[in-house]
Amino acid sequence: MGAQIDLDAVRDGELGARSRRTHRALVCSSTGCLSAGAAGVRAALKADVEAAEQSETIQIVPTGCRGICSRGPLVQVEPRGEDPTLYQHVDTDGAHAIARDHLLGEGVTADVEVVAPNLPFLEGQVKVVLANAGRIDPERLEDSVAAGGYRALHTAITSMTPEQVLDQIDRSGLRGRGGAGYPTGRKWKLLAEAPGTDKVVVANGDEGDPGAFMDRTIMESDPHRVLEGLAIAGYATGAERGFLFLRAEYPLAIERLERAIRAAKRGRLLGKGIFGTDVTFNLEVRVGAGAFVCGEETALLASIEGRRGTPTLRPPYPTERGLWGQPTMINNVETLANIPPIINRGPEWFRSLGTEESPGTKVFALAGSLTTTGLIEVPMGISLRTIVEDMGEGVPGGRSFKAAQTGGPSGGCIPERFLDTPVDYEHLRALGSMMGSGGLVVIDDSVSMPEFARFYMEFCRDESCGKCVPCRVGTVELHALLDRICQGTGRQRDLRHLESLCRTVQATSLCGLGQSAPNPVVSTLEHFRSEYEALLTDVPAATTRGGS
Amino acid sequence: MTAAPTPRPGGARPSVPVTLDGTDVLAHEGETILALARRVGVPIPTLCQLDGLSVYGGCRLCSVEVAGEHRLPLACATEVVPEMEVRTTSPTLANHRRRIVALLFAEGSHVCAACVASGACELQDRASENGVDHISYEMTFPRTPVDASHPKFILDRDRCVLCTRCVRVCDEIEGAHVWDIAQRGNQAHLIAGMDQPWGEVSSCTWCGKCVAVCPTGALAWQGTAPGELHADPGLIAFLTDARDGTWDDRAGGNERRDDEEVAP
Repeated sequence: MGAQIDLDAVRDGELGARSRRTHRALVCSSTGCLSAGAAGVRAALKADVEAAEQSETIQIVPTGCRGICSRGPLVQVEPRGEDPTLYQHVDTDGAHAIARDHLLGEGVTADVEVVAPNLPFLEGQVKVVLANAGRIDPERLEDSVAAGGYRALHTAITSMTPEQVLDQIDRSGLRGRGGAGYPTGRKWKLLAEAPGTDKVVVANGDEGDPGAFMDRTIMESDPHRVLEGLAIAGYATGAERGFLFLRAEYPLAIERLERAIRAAKRGRLLGKGIFGTDVTFNLEVRVGAGAFVCGEETALLASIEGRRGTPTLRPPYPTERGLWGQPTMINNVETLANIPPIINRGPEWFRSLGTEESPGTKVFALAGSLTTTGLIEVPMGISLRTIVEDMGEGVPGGRSFKAAQTGGPSGGCIPERFLDTPVDYEHLRALGSMMGSGGLVVIDDSVSMPEFARFYMEFCRDESCGKCVPCRVGTVELHALLDRICQGTGRQRDLRHLESLCRTVQATSLCGLGQSAPNPVVSTLEHFRSEYEALLTDVPAATTRGGS
Repeated sequence: MTAAPTPRPGGARPSVPVTLDGTDVLAHEGETILALARRVGVPIPTLCQLDGLSVYGGCRLCSVEVAGEHRLPLACATEVVPEMEVRTTSPTLANHRRRIVALLFAEGSHVCAACVASGACELQDRASENGVDHISYEMTFPRTPVDASHPKFILDRDRCVLCTRCVRVCDEIEGAHVWDIAQRGNQAHLIAGMDQPWGEVSSCTWCGKCVAVCPTGALAWQGTAPGELHADPGLIAFLTDARDGTWDDRAGGNERRDDEEVAP
């Protein structure tokens, strides 16, 4: 372990070094842009700058995600004292052009497309959680510290009592970003008040909804912020141990988190005696085997313990008996990423964002039939229409909007007539959908809703852990019924069985996976029933049968 | 109907007032809804639950309605609290239970006429109690392998309802942990040892507790299936010959007699 780092000195050193550069080129190196060839772009830029012997004055910085993933790879050139330019769809030829014209030459190159600075996708965003995403090198602690990293942890540990931290989080009104929206302050207090000396806090980064990559982006783009949030949670609740749980399918996030933990431990921002106090917080990454159900709290804890990832009955709740029987609290990664700014800027500032009941911002992964897709962070209470029509710039290809699915396989679809609904926990639930962790998939009029529901049911069937009967077998039978209907061989009675079985699976499944698995079916039936009926081979009988 | 105030060992009398299906009863402190119901003679269907083993909560058949509760608590896992109002039957519960039993039949290969457990099968009992006389769901016709490698017992996975009684009894009571579940969802299945043939699992003590607790015919004694049973009229000749001293030692004495030709 190294010496305690001085946050101010590190920041000053970093900013001083930066002021000696004439240009910085920020190359998005998150999973999205990397898969589109960002590594080659960065290598090309670096080679050209080195060939021109300008490595001292021009800095090539690999960064996290900027969000406009559909336009990657992205390169932002920031000449000192001038406005930055964001290039899109950069390939290696484009990288050479940027190096030649912009970094080593006169100015903006004409050979690469530029993202308009007033792009609606960017303009409507309020970046709190993603404030550093795309702006710092996630693999360098110094970059994070220069952007204000660990300042909140320093404030909390050196000038606040745990009770004061709890009070700040409670007053901020922050709610869990994993989907259910449980008040974070209340959850922290439960752990703080739980008896026991070996308490544990856990960051839940096990994101598995199809089309969702909010948590991945946060962990890849600003890993230190997650560490900081978890360390503050540990200080406030009296936990000296923390775990970061994420899936093996996120290798880059795992690598960057582990690197961040090593760097933070070297700098005594984690471990024993943080900031010269007697505060201890140790942190480990635990990797799951990629099961959707491990996002469920009790299954997640089982997986961390090395057991089969299946949910167990609650009560006892994890804050009573969690990891190895110790009181344990689980927070979503995005929730934790909100903690440092709340400590730095106060709960009143946080409450000024979003709505009364749902303060703050929410990160959404926009996917599906939209002109511009990617990751956005918007204030709670924004209308779906603004997200879809303004930021996503509507449905392309002459198609029209049909529905938006929020909450992934656990959520529901929202048809056109509800597009003006404000996005927050209560309104989405009232529509039969849910906030979920932040996946937002837009469907155009070419999509058959029964087929759409079948897709999600197939997902739930394959992801069911198999412990309880309604979920294990119910999803199989619901999928079979949907399949029959989609293939045009379904009958009225299949539709009746579909609806009644949905009710049983919702009401009797053990955990959230099974309880919410029928949601896409129920909501598509509610809003697009005629599409189901049109596929049936017979007409309704004269009398309809009731049933519960 | 009023619960007889049965004292527990130690003399404690039930003291927690609970309403069970509209009747006021007294429950013991910390008693589960299921234990209370059984004590006062109210039937609640169960499948994975077994007294003496840890609570699992997988079959969901004992879901009941509790006033003020949004969800359906499990009778096997929910302890009574004073003034709790519990409903163990309702049209909604009956529908849920019927569908859950039907799902189990659709999932496995439960042909009673060809099963060792017919007549002594808890799944069969749950079906008749809950009025499951036909299955509307698509049968999945699983073809999972039978494991007959154990000298004494046999495992037919098509009849397994994944209640994990065997897993729990072997782990918690016998301490051998021979059984566990592999894979997930509809691929989940019972495995012995490190997914070995049962007969090759050295940690198995042959105690037979798993067979004793299996609610269906998934775990059974070897030789008890209908096709395996046979009369043994040759036994009499064996006895009389032995008495007369003309008995010919039959293959070492301890060998099972099934392998041998039996005189008609």
